[in-house]
Amino acid sequence: MAFGAQPVRTWPGLAAAALVAAVMLAALVAVALRAETGAGLGAQDWSAIRFTVLQAALSALFSVALAIPVARALARRSFPGRGLLITLLGAPFILPVIVAVLGLLTVFGRGGWLNALLGLAGLPPVSIYGLHGVVLAHVFFNLPLATRLILQGWQEIPAERFRLAAQLGAGPREIWRLLERPMLARTAPGVAALIFAICLTSFAVALTLGGGPKATTIELAIYQAFRFDFDLGRSALLALVQIVLTLAAATLALGVSARGGFGAGLDRVVQRWDARTPGLRALDAGLILAAALFLLAPLAAIAAAGLPGLLHLPEQVYMACLVSVFVAAVSTILLLCLALPIALAAARMPLVEQAGLLGLAVSPLVLGAGLFLLINPVASPFALALPVTALVNALMALPFALRILTPKAREEVDRHARLAATLNMGAWGFFRLVLLPRMRPQIGFAAGLAAALSMGDLGVIALFADPETATLPLQIYRLMAAYRMEAASGAALLLLILSVTAFWLCDRGGRHAAP
Amino acid sequence: MKHLTFAAGVLCATGAFAQTPELTVYTYDSFVSDWGPGPQIEKAFEATCGCDLKFVTAGDGAALMARIRLEGERTGADVVLGLDTNLTAAARATNLFAPSGVEADYALPIEWSDDTFVPYDWGYFAFVHNTKLEHVPQDFLELARSDLKIIIQDPRSSTPGLGLLLWVKAAYGDQAEQVWKDLADNIVTVTKGWSEAYGLFLEGEADMVLSYTTSPAYHVIAESDTTKEAAAFDEGHYMQIEVAARLASSKQPELAQQFLQFITTDAFQSVIPTTNWMYPAVMPEGGLPEGFNDLVEPRNSLLIPEAEAEAVRDTALAEWLSALSQ
Repeated sequence: MAFGAQPVRTWPGLAAAALVAAVMLAALVAVALRAETGAGLGAQDWSAIRFTVLQAALSALFSVALAIPVARALARRSFPGRGLLITLLGAPFILPVIVAVLGLLTVFGRGGWLNALLGLAGLPPVSIYGLHGVVLAHVFFNLPLATRLILQGWQEIPAERFRLAAQLGAGPREIWRLLERPMLARTAPGVAALIFAICLTSFAVALTLGGGPKATTIELAIYQAFRFDFDLGRSALLALVQIVLTLAAATLALGVSARGGFGAGLDRVVQRWDARTPGLRALDAGLILAAALFLLAPLAAIAAAGLPGLLHLPEQVYMACLVSVFVAAVSTILLLCLALPIALAAARMPLVEQAGLLGLAVSPLVLGAGLFLLINPVASPFALALPVTALVNALMALPFALRILTPKAREEVDRHARLAATLNMGAWGFFRLVLLPRMRPQIGFAAGLAAALSMGDLGVIALFADPETATLPLQIYRLMAAYRMEAASGAALLLLILSVTAFWLCDRGGRHAAP
Repeated sequence: MKHLTFAAGVLCATGAFAQTPELTVYTYDSFVSDWGPGPQIEKAFEATCGCDLKFVTAGDGAALMARIRLEGERTGADVVLGLDTNLTAAARATNLFAPSGVEADYALPIEWSDDTFVPYDWGYFAFVHNTKLEHVPQDFLELARSDLKIIIQDPRSSTPGLGLLLWVKAAYGDQAEQVWKDLADNIVTVTKGWSEAYGLFLEGEADMVLSYTTSPAYHVIAESDTTKEAAAFDEGHYMQIEVAARLASSKQPELAQQFLQFITTDAFQSVIPTTNWMYPAVMPEGGLPEGFNDLVEPRNSLLIPEAEAEAVRDTALAEWLSALSQ
């Protein structure tokens, strides 16, 4: 490439991105090639596509719009328990769908806590079922993630900027205009695209909260094509529609994202002198409280349902715990091996990040079927159940990890690459001495998210499992299928505890080790 | 992919090589869970066959069928256990299955004379409710007129959901769409699978949930809880008969046939009621366990013949979608 040592090499990242894209597309092609019949898209499919796009767009919009004030409140306030709150807020995102739905409906359902409260106040009950219910559930899942990612944007504004703003006498309004709004213009579109992509493949949540077949999403149409009609061609076609929509949203986000940044600071601790009026304090406190209540109430419902069963869980649940922890560990390592090089490459070439989004865009059902078709001729898919699950979980966590890692990687490369080149440091040295220590908080956050996501994801294990290697989410489904709802609730609480602990360990580890 | 191969190597290295013949049975997930019939049945069959019975799982019945079709003639299955009467037509059409050679004295409410598929259990779909519910409806029309709230499953992703679709169609024929329109305001929501629906019902989200007439038996036997009951509907109840069959491509045809015969014996059938919570296909010597005797007995059994099921299913789904999407 060039003479002398280069501080950043893009080829490992490009190779990793190509590998991710290749796995996804190979799975899709494998399904398409097995197609026998193959009907085109009918009127029902188009209405499913319209509903999917509508609910995903609304979900992304509301998640981001609500996350901005919450993140701002968290960014300019410090209070005891703030760290713990931020960790707990991550929990909805990592819950298995069935557990989260039951928790949500305990609070918002017909016989839920909210309606009980309304009844006490003499007000008529509200119905959660409908488009608003779907959006509410998706906001519940994604608001915490959006808040964390946007909060990270706030933390990346150098402390010197706030200091300068304070010296110049800038109030909250000026700080919003000069510092915060430009930061949001760079971060928010990417976050919205990510949430849009997650919600595109939603199925059980959309159907249950949507109240019936009106809320048919593309993923449900894929299910129908696969199970009901065994029409692999149509499954693959619909999966392709999901990919196109995701990539279109990502491209749009990339296009409207503002460029540039705040430049380098001196890594001081951020101190804020603005927003000290009582009114603003009350506003922020109210926002934080409201968000915490909205997100923690369903978690409390899950905890309350799980406690009676938690103490006498069947031993198989503990075995499943071990399997899940093992899968999560492997998956997290895999994720970091993929995400770090891709993030570095994306620091130079923003488009590379899009490959990561494929992990979210490809329908889990089609991905599972495709991998099955690919593996079956060469090896027993059942022997590979756990490695495949770990890989797929890593791929699903990849887009989140890239959103977390890429902005920081870009900043570090911009800031230190020239100096490193002058010092003839070389790519490995730059990675080890500059990037790794400076990106530890982001790496910890990404690893924690991957570990927790992998722990909670049913993923492809359901397609590949053999009886002995059930993960914890699969074991929860098995308990439910055997009518053992109390034990299932206990196991779900255990899963919640495990996921949050894994997340907390990685996240804290990263932050504490930060220089 | 390096990591994948490595991890696979580690996993495979721990597996021992079996000397005894191996019989691979594909089944749905809940059958082999520690709370399902799988473990006891494996033990009982291995005690007589001198073989290693290996269960392999795939989601539910429809996922199982999709798996077999994906694998085609190269399937590793010797026996498939867990298809139901809604899937047998599609299964037969693949020509992947061989005649069972099994004859037995079945305790089914209908005549069974299929040379390929061996029934191993059966049940009726029904709406389950709490015993304290007043004015329990006697049929779909009364349910539709009432203010009662029900939770059902989506026929596109769930076996009971499909069962209900065919139940209404079998009972009402051309009027089915109107019945669904009248039922629309009773339906709280439609879930992806049985577990979500039943979980929501237990949480008090609805008055009734689509399940089986045998569901209350679980609560009585396992939890000594007598507060759950299934409503008997005058139209009759739609049946689900679960079946097993052996693959023509099996390299262990004798063993596979031996297993199919084993299905009709006491050792298999006596395990079914309190693990799979369905009626046994052949009445075991000891009869039904306590708790099964008080269940509602439908006046007549509905089942759409296999040959018509597929066409009826497609019409019924279109009606269901149009009635509930308004």
